[in-house]
Amino acid sequence: MTDGTADALALEARDLWAGYDGQPALEGVTFDIETGCLAGLVGPNGSGKSTLLRVILGLHKPWRGDIRVFGSSRRPDRRRLGYTPQSEQVDWSFPVTVLDMVLMGRYGHLGPLRRPTRADREIAWQALESVRLADLAHRRAGELSGGQQRRALIARALAQEADLLLLDEPFAGLDATAEHDLIALLEGLRHQGKTLLVATHDLSCVAADFDHAILLNRKVVAFGRPSDVFTEELLNATFQRHLLLVRLEGRTYVGHG
Amino acid sequence: MAEIIDYLGDPWTLEFMRRGLIAAVAVSAVAAVIGSFVILKGMAFIGDALPHASFGGIAAAFVLGGNLFLGGAIAAVLTALLIAFVSRRGLVKYDTAIGILFVGAFAAGILIISRQTNYAPDLFSFVFGNVLGVSWSDVWTTAIAAAVIVVLVVVFYKELLFVTYDPAMAAAAGLPVAAVQYGLMALIGVTTVIGLQTVGIVLVVALLVTPAATAQLLTRRLPAMMAVGAVIGGLSSLGGLYIAYYADVSASAAIVLTATTFFLLALLFAPARGLLWQRRSLPPEPA
Repeated sequence: MTDGTADALALEARDLWAGYDGQPALEGVTFDIETGCLAGLVGPNGSGKSTLLRVILGLHKPWRGDIRVFGSSRRPDRRRLGYTPQSEQVDWSFPVTVLDMVLMGRYGHLGPLRRPTRADREIAWQALESVRLADLAHRRAGELSGGQQRRALIARALAQEADLLLLDEPFAGLDATAEHDLIALLEGLRHQGKTLLVATHDLSCVAADFDHAILLNRKVVAFGRPSDVFTEELLNATFQRHLLLVRLEGRTYVGHG
Repeated sequence: MAEIIDYLGDPWTLEFMRRGLIAAVAVSAVAAVIGSFVILKGMAFIGDALPHASFGGIAAAFVLGGNLFLGGAIAAVLTALLIAFVSRRGLVKYDTAIGILFVGAFAAGILIISRQTNYAPDLFSFVFGNVLGVSWSDVWTTAIAAAVIVVLVVVFYKELLFVTYDPAMAAAAGLPVAAVQYGLMALIGVTTVIGLQTVGIVLVVALLVTPAATAQLLTRRLPAMMAVGAVIGGLSSLGGLYIAYYADVSASAAIVLTATTFFLLALLFAPARGLLWQRRSLPPEPA
């Protein structure tokens, strides 16, 4: 999908204002995300993370401000933008197999009334293999474990052949092993040139493994390298409570003070 | 042996039984297909509301001397679209919108009829269903409407699946989510109206919900759920008509109770998911 013109910036947000029923959820949000980086979107509940993702996707209209995706301020090519919703927003009891679900990533590429072709199925299978779910393709989506469900959602975004992936709380409710697996998967995608923006509460994993962090609490409190922005002062301003930072052997751990 | 064949064949020597069978099978099969969407979206209440709402249109058509079917269909589809519109706008909650609109339309029907000096038996057949009283023209109307609905579901399957399963993702992918949702509501409206003559306003929700819910216990994928639901709906109609014929009871009630029996059997005995082997239905260990 990359067309060689190597846009330096995957995402530029300029002075975004958005909200619901007159209540602002985003107040003048401005940041950049470089192409090919793994970025964390960090903030407490109600800080506007999901709203920001919905604005970027074009699902929620901002009051004002400008979004550029790969340098274009036009309505972004939807196919270049992949999205994985929060797991609890997905109806896991719905009678679809894992393959059915991943194949839906192709639907945006198909015109009205068109069925997925053999080529679409091939791409869906490749996406399943890259998240190591190919052997579970014919399971019901609801039969997967929590970690597998997150990987299936990511496979759907990959089947879309998106270059910029927006992930909403992919680590929520995962145990340490599944979280570790998922981070390894995200890092692998970054190596393939994908850009990832991950909304998360999980500060320690952003500190350890991400290239870039945006601290959000309606406003952008800070953005930059995690090592630069994860200071007690900035984190406490973001979360409006006291967090404990521990640096051990070059890694930063964040705990609730 | 010959006795059994006589026993099974006897009801169908009567033309009104044959007409009833065709109408009931067509309606219950298509209702299971549309009902799959209804139960997956948790919209069973809609299946109850739309037939009631259609009564307003039926009464109006009766007074005006129009086609009762058409009057009911227009009222049901309008109510369905209004419900979708009001709840999409977030003006009031979904179930509140349904409650207000369907009772309003039903009351309008009663109001119109109360002006008539004598209640027409024709209208009662819509309330309680009169599958054994359908004419050949009713049978054809029902069969054609059912066929059109099934064709629409097949043609727009990809869109219906994606929008029902994950509307946010479907919108992000550029699908016309609002149009698909309105279209589905209209299909539900038409389906309930063609179900009226078979089982009546009060029981039509059972045709939408019960066979589809039974099929959900027995299948893994939506296409299979629809197909199995259609078969179960058809078998319920067949079994219900036998019971009605030999026990001399209401056909609509017998059809619905046959479907209910199938559901209870599936609830108990569905492979892996039935209550009897609940212990074996634990999800597989994560890899």
